[in-house]
Amino acid sequence: MKRVQFSHSPIPYLFIAPQIIIICIFFLWPAAQAIYQSFLLEDAFGLSSQFVWFKNYKDTILTDAWLQSAGFTLVFSFLVTFLSLALAMLLAVKANEVIQGARTYKTMLMWAYAIAPPVAGLMGNLMFNPLIGDLYYFLNAMGWDFNHKLDSFDAGFVVVLIAVWKQVSVNFIFFLSGLQGIPKSVIEAATIDCKSNLRRFWTMTFPLLAPTTFFLVVINITYAFFETFGIIDTTTGGAPGGSTSTLVYKVFTDGFRGNDLGGSSAQSVVLMLMVLALTVIQFRFIERKVHY
Amino acid sequence: MAEVKLTNVNKVYSNGAHAVRGVNMEIADGEFIVFVGPSGCGKSTLLRMVAGLETVTEGDLYIDENRINDVSPAERNVAMVFQNYALYPHMTVRGNMSYGLKNRGDSKEEIEQKVIAAAKTLHIEDFLDRQPNQLSGGQRQRVAMGRAIVRNPKVFLFDEPLSNLDAKLRVQMRIEIKKLQRKMGVTSIYVTHDQTEAMTLADRLAVINNGQIEQMGKPIELYKDPKTLFVASFIGSPQVNLISVRYDGKFLKSGSLEIDGFEGLPIAEELVLGLRPEHLRIDDQGKLAMKIDLVEQHGADNLVYGSLEGAKNEDGDDLELCLRLNQGQEPSIGETINLSYDHSNALVFSKETGKRLI
Ligand SMILES: Nc1ncnc2c1ncn2[C@@H]1O[C@H](COP(=O)(O)OP(=O)(O)OP(=O)(O)O)[C@@H](O)[C@H]1O
Ligand SMILES: [Mg+2]
Repeated sequence: MKRVQFSHSPIPYLFIAPQIIIICIFFLWPAAQAIYQSFLLEDAFGLSSQFVWFKNYKDTILTDAWLQSAGFTLVFSFLVTFLSLALAMLLAVKANEVIQGARTYKTMLMWAYAIAPPVAGLMGNLMFNPLIGDLYYFLNAMGWDFNHKLDSFDAGFVVVLIAVWKQVSVNFIFFLSGLQGIPKSVIEAATIDCKSNLRRFWTMTFPLLAPTTFFLVVINITYAFFETFGIIDTTTGGAPGGSTSTLVYKVFTDGFRGNDLGGSSAQSVVLMLMVLALTVIQFRFIERKVHY
Repeated sequence: MAEVKLTNVNKVYSNGAHAVRGVNMEIADGEFIVFVGPSGCGKSTLLRMVAGLETVTEGDLYIDENRINDVSPAERNVAMVFQNYALYPHMTVRGNMSYGLKNRGDSKEEIEQKVIAAAKTLHIEDFLDRQPNQLSGGQRQRVAMGRAIVRNPKVFLFDEPLSNLDAKLRVQMRIEIKKLQRKMGVTSIYVTHDQTEAMTLADRLAVINNGQIEQMGKPIELYKDPKTLFVASFIGSPQVNLISVRYDGKFLKSGSLEIDGFEGLPIAEELVLGLRPEHLRIDDQGKLAMKIDLVEQHGADNLVYGSLEGAKNEDGDDLELCLRLNQGQEPSIGETINLSYDHSNALVFSKETGKRLI
């Protein structure tokens, strides 16, 4: 890490003031609200509330439903991050090798980026619709007794598939620019030094892409945790039986569908702490192993 | 140890650029060949085809008896040093040097031994555990050389390896490269557009122009006996003085200047007379009168620049002339001096074809 010494002038603070204000209004204030809320128990009509210390935490976090949701979130995030990164890297490496029609090819791969998560979810809904969905028919025709409305594995499959499909294009763009940032002569030198394409990929391209990969891992975990909300809401809605409900989605359903604001706040506070821990781990331990 | 042979090699890039046109060349075992030529003439392309980094559009490449057009770069047993060194940024110096050997399947002890030996030769033992970004330009250059020599290749390929170094280091590395190549006896091809490098390193020099070999031979042959105007103006520093003239059966004429002593030249055709700065000398009886504009002192010798009286170039301006004098001979600016030259050293070319006539 490089340290830069700034002289003490108020001007830098002036420049970051808008950002600070935004963070205060849209992050710190709601976060403080959530923490405050998480200690309150409201009555059913929302007329009065009572300070209950950690009761909300005990009642929501230590339940089977929350633990199940946490388990699903972990598996889901891992799968989405891993699959979308692996697929995007493969596509980017291949696209980087294409010489003719490269631009068309790359543009086509980037299109999915422009689609909002809920819209991606709606498209997925159509494709997996039991009446008119092509993929639904296809999977059943392949001999898989597929029904994402009843089977939680199948439902998980649907949300992972859509979430990955939506995210691959973003990752693809970053990987492609990462690949183009690797000096051509380094790859050429490696071509003379190493015969096997696969081996060259793992010993040269992959480590040189590590900064990009690290950055994308952070972005993708965040995506899987939070932004997939729209996809889950429009496809499974957490069904069957909350088995495809991520922690964020559960905060939403418990708070706004179940009207348990205290419990929902308690969950968001725990979620915040988890994300904080994750961020610290990522930057402390993983970044050290990355060569810039 | 290896011979390299190119027969009628052509390269057309996918955008239609015809970068190399019908090159034929035979390189003997252990020979040091240098490609020189202006920017964009196809030197790198030719070298990269030998390395296997570019496909050959037409023609054949041989190393010893084997046609290598379709052999992968790693299996050609060549080593290349790049202009920007192309070190692997995520590996230590040791890692850089052993990468190729590891992939080839050499044993650990063998690799370590070779790396240490190469590092000793190049005086980089102390840096073996550093990353490339912790090295100076000159040290990186050495590592790049080290990476090439540990492989003990059949052919060394260099693409302007010294052009990112400062002048002093460049001279030092140039000498080192030459010594190393002599010692190892590895056939080498070296691309440069620095003509001092070309002259000093080459056993044989290939002057390339527009994708073709203009002339190939020992550096001194190319200097003394250039076959074309292009070669004459490319080899030699400072550049040969070129004077546009016509022959009237007796004199070579340019403006009011008349030069005698030439025979058997085509009459009334446009010709170019080439006089090297080192072949001109001060002589009160001399036919060429030069008004001095500038004197450059280089230590061992002085370069004198001025205009040749009477002669005009194509645009009708006074003709610039350069003259090399020994130290001590230092005419003053504004002075007009008379010059003469050896007829045996004068070069005459046809302007139209660029071919040498005398
Ligand atoms: N990848 C490429 N695609 C298309 N044309 C190319 C490519 N590489 C080189 N060329 C063209 O081929 C010609 C020869 O290029 P090359 O790089 O061999 O020149 P060079 O002699 O090495 O020049 P320099 O001294 O500047 O390095 C040039 O006209 C160049 O524009
Ligand atoms: Mg070049």
